[in-house]
Amino acid sequence: MNQTHADYRLSQLDQLEAESIHIFREVAAEFEKPVLMFSGGKDSIVMLRLAEKAFYPAKIPFPVLQVDTGYDFPEVLATRDNWVNRLGLRLIVASVEEALKNGVVVDDGKTSRNRHQIGTLLNAIEEEGFTAAFGGGRRDEEKARAKERVYSHRDEFGQWDPKNQRPELWSLYNGRLHAGEHMRIFPISNWTELDVWHYIGREGIEIPSIYFSHQRSVFERDGMLLTESEFNPCKPGEEASERTVRFRTVGDLTLTGCVESTASTIDEIIDEIAVARLTERGATRGDDRFSEAAMEDRKKEGYF
Amino acid sequence: MGADNALETAQNVGRNMDLLRFATAGSVDDGKSTLIGRLLLDSKSIFEDQLEAVEATSEAKGYDYTDLALLTDGLRSEREQGITIDVAYRYFATPSRKFIIADTPGHVQYTRNMVTGASTADLGLVLVDARQGLTEQSRRHAVILSLLRVPHLVLAVNKMDLVDFSQEIFDQIQAEFTQFATKLNIPDLAVIPISALQGDNVVNRSESMDWYQGPTLMHHLENVHVASDRDLVDARFPVQYVVRPKSDEFHDYRGYGGMVASGVLKPGDEVVVLPSGMTSKIAGIDLFDQEITEAFPPMSVTVRLADDVDVSRGDMIARVNNAPKPSQDIDAMVCWMTTEPLRKGQKLAIKHTTRTGRALVKDIQYRLDINTLHRDQETKELGVNEIGRVQLRTTVPLLCDPYSKNRTTGSFILIDEATGVTVGAGMINSAS
Repeated sequence: MNQTHADYRLSQLDQLEAESIHIFREVAAEFEKPVLMFSGGKDSIVMLRLAEKAFYPAKIPFPVLQVDTGYDFPEVLATRDNWVNRLGLRLIVASVEEALKNGVVVDDGKTSRNRHQIGTLLNAIEEEGFTAAFGGGRRDEEKARAKERVYSHRDEFGQWDPKNQRPELWSLYNGRLHAGEHMRIFPISNWTELDVWHYIGREGIEIPSIYFSHQRSVFERDGMLLTESEFNPCKPGEEASERTVRFRTVGDLTLTGCVESTASTIDEIIDEIAVARLTERGATRGDDRFSEAAMEDRKKEGYF
Repeated sequence: MGADNALETAQNVGRNMDLLRFATAGSVDDGKSTLIGRLLLDSKSIFEDQLEAVEATSEAKGYDYTDLALLTDGLRSEREQGITIDVAYRYFATPSRKFIIADTPGHVQYTRNMVTGASTADLGLVLVDARQGLTEQSRRHAVILSLLRVPHLVLAVNKMDLVDFSQEIFDQIQAEFTQFATKLNIPDLAVIPISALQGDNVVNRSESMDWYQGPTLMHHLENVHVASDRDLVDARFPVQYVVRPKSDEFHDYRGYGGMVASGVLKPGDEVVVLPSGMTSKIAGIDLFDQEITEAFPPMSVTVRLADDVDVSRGDMIARVNNAPKPSQDIDAMVCWMTTEPLRKGQKLAIKHTTRTGRALVKDIQYRLDINTLHRDQETKELGVNEIGRVQLRTTVPLLCDPYSKNRTTGSFILIDEATGVTVGAGMINSAS
């Protein structure tokens, strides 16, 4: 840590940390029932770390919600459990499988599990009566996110109205809600992918092992390398082979591609990103590739 | 910048890299989006798939050049209309600094967006088209940046390539703007001739303007000194959250979480808690599991006091001999942000630091014409995107300073109690 300098300078990463802690405390103070949406990915782990710091030595005063697609990487679930146990948090798992079974969401046979997460998530928020849901979205990820507020208002249908967002000035956040509405909160809005990696390195915190280089049986589909598994068998013409890979994002394993990489430490990952030629989402997320406005459409419906 | 530079930048992100937040203002016609695209492209902050998408769209639209503006126009309706309708935040870094751009639209009906973008900015970047010189719009942008007390301003005279890189034209615009700026509060002004489309003086020095000796835009952004903009004298710590673990290990722990608004706090300092006026001493300052010796803006810390005084969210910790006077009569400049006008007698919710209350509009003294700086004292109301001087009476005392002294303790937002929407932004002139 380098928080104290003779010239009272705060590094940009320390400034980001301070801003995020401020947001966590503001929400905990002003909202009746917050929840942290935890995907097991690096961004949600950074969120948990920031929340831990915001309330220390008290416990984080809200539970953690995970949407289980049924196709989650086991390594990710293991990391999730370690975090939740260490911090003594309540974990709520909202299962897409069960939402499908109970008719909360309807499978038309064409829609991906990722898309079904929307209905599952909204249902869980409604059932538990959460008024604020922290998400790990960053504005550098995608053009539609660049315009999203830190406090992102959702109507009683969970929808985002990008043309009717509340102005957000200084560090004065407006958390007013009507019954049935909720707020998505993005405490790491101003972080970039590199900030997240440096922070994980600096804090020495656990992330799922699949972020680091490992051997895996993969096959190529639509220009992406996908994991071979019982949920995701090879189609005719596709052939699996052992490769040295790592994941840049984690999500539904039938859709999340990996990249060939030998980066096995945080520093190596940072160097790799520095020279990478593709942004993390465009390269490895099948769900963002359908149209230029794909993310905007999903966000309007209530996606993270 | 080459690959080595990109690597150095990436590695420095976690080291002692600085942060500069700046707001851009200008319309599509001024080439603002093109300029931002250029900064992102030349600093290697754009990735191949983003550039490819933009190249494909440009081609589909029949352009014979890559429209860098497409990189930043995020929402679908904006892409269709070719205008920017909301504040968008962009990120890039060089080896020494990270930049957060608040990219705001320039049209008059979007004043509220510009106010929003400027509220957190260290620097404001105003673009003008060299062919047109200063317009009503560029003057308006400078006025807003000055009202929001953005300490540094850059006037980028763009499209120099379309005026044959004429020094005479540049000098004329510079002189006119410098003259206009004397009426405003602009502590630091730089005027830079550029061509965003061709890249002259953006990141790389122009080969066509050897008469210009000053820095490139990027060099200026990287080196402008912002650390001294902070107030390190007047300690202000709005209490945000009371940390009470009540665990076996931390049974008696009681700390006050918050972000230092200004000044430096140290253990041992004699402090006063407002509005109660109770005094105590700082027993310790915690940053996560470490005790620190000093806290300064914008750190988020937890402060412990030596005495068992009653402190809760919305209170403020300040120094015994340097504290704001709790005030319920507030005189402020207000930017109105919704279509239903602000009228005398109206009641609204107000949020100031971590304090929330209600406010009654006692009077609207004048509406400021942000194009001419004329004060219209006949006005009875403030319409959307209008700025005026307003007197408020609040239900709770505000622990505030003039906005000119402190952008955190001098600012507030107004909220419509029925809709819950943020409808006004206020900058305090004085309080009593």
